[in-house]
Amino acid sequence: MLPLVAPFTEAKIRALKVGDEVHLTGIVFTGRDAVHKYLHDGGKLPPDVNLRDGILYHCGPVTLKDDQGHWKVTAAGPTTSSREEPYQAEIIRDFGIRAVIGKGGMGEKTLAACREFGCVYLHAIGGAAQVLAECVKRVRSVHFLEQFGAPEAIWELDVEAFPAVVTMDSNGNSLHRDVFAHSQAELARRL
Amino acid sequence: MSVLLESLIELIRRSSAEIPDDVNEALVRSLESEKKGTIAESAMRIIERNIELAKRKSQPICQDTGSVIFYVTCPVHFDTVTFEEVAREAVKEATRKGFLRQNSVDSITGKNDGTNLGPGSPTVHFHQHRGAATEVRLVLKGGGCENVGAQYSLPQETLHANRDLDGCRRVILDAVLQAQGKGCGPGVLGVCIGGDRATGYEFSKQQFLRLLGDRNPNPTLDALEQDILKTANDLGIGPMGFGGRTTLLGVKICAANRVPASYFVSVSYMCWAFRRQGIELDAASRISRWLY
Repeated sequence: MLPLVAPFTEAKIRALKVGDEVHLTGIVFTGRDAVHKYLHDGGKLPPDVNLRDGILYHCGPVTLKDDQGHWKVTAAGPTTSSREEPYQAEIIRDFGIRAVIGKGGMGEKTLAACREFGCVYLHAIGGAAQVLAECVKRVRSVHFLEQFGAPEAIWELDVEAFPAVVTMDSNGNSLHRDVFAHSQAELARRL
Repeated sequence: MSVLLESLIELIRRSSAEIPDDVNEALVRSLESEKKGTIAESAMRIIERNIELAKRKSQPICQDTGSVIFYVTCPVHFDTVTFEEVAREAVKEATRKGFLRQNSVDSITGKNDGTNLGPGSPTVHFHQHRGAATEVRLVLKGGGCENVGAQYSLPQETLHANRDLDGCRRVILDAVLQAQGKGCGPGVLGVCIGGDRATGYEFSKQQFLRLLGDRNPNPTLDALEQDILKTANDLGIGPMGFGGRTTLLGVKICAANRVPASYFVSVSYMCWAFRRQGIELDAASRISRWLY
């Protein structure tokens, strides 16, 4: 298990390889379908959201406000990333993102962007909403809550020792591509 | 608060926070079978910890608390109108308590009003019978696994799938291949051979009400279920698509008659976070028994 701690420099990210298990500590921003489409359509980020050298998490958490008015994340696993494939490469390029967290992996366009701009894809465990919510230590802010609704909003979260696996690295390797090719060949032998 | 409302909120809470015993047993076996020191084993360990945490904290196993689907078996003359009204109220209240995410979006405006109520949300299927018992089953079907469901119309030329059982086998295994990683494996397949486009999917989902360890009373379908399960687990897709030994925890197949022109195979996929519970209600609408 490798600790991956902020700041997320290009050198740290480029040193990661497919198969590495990391424990991530620092700030992550959630962003899923609505945010990706909005940014791709030329939408602007709020002035206090800076994704440069940052981490984007494909996640729509369950959130509750406590009696003092503080947000609390009570469930926070990843959502399927492939839906963002049409947008992700440009968003990595334009906003300087160093890691995308999600599940299920992404395609060739995103893999090429990871290589060119120094980014990795971190696979969190799908469905593990409680284990991952325990790693969220604080909600720093929330944006687009009214416009997009709670699951689709941008939540800025402090996470500690958040477990994930590098499944696409910045050297052009993808575990998803390899497992798909292997399983497709195995299936062909059994038909 | 009405007794029925209270019973349904408890059904939703438990469905969202606890994995049924039959699924949990299959997940434990899957963890034991993965090779030690692999990322597949790590994934299964996190899944096991997640199940324990969700139950202890009474919070959603997965943040995507899914489509809310009730299946009600009830006596003749049961008041379905009142039941549906109370079910809607229960969903709203369970959302307010955080057992369900604000998960229902107006498809035209894109607005999410935070109540989880709207056309088709929740869905309630009623089935009357001549007995006296009222049973309410609930499935919370997450979007990630719903998205990898597939409906094939045979013959399917690219997959060399003809209108026979071998054709069914080919398309079902194609669905497993295509779902990898995205559907949060190890998962469970519910399949319907035949029917029309709507009933095919509907019956495929109803297969998730079966216990994982049961056997199909139809020997042909039973053999197909066992074959698909074994073959899928030999493909090396593994938990989360990380590579590994468990791709599926179970396969459940039913058949419905079709018109001569149509031959559909409808495949629904359920993720490992298999949220399904059921209750039997007594005459006062209290929970008299848990069904899973």
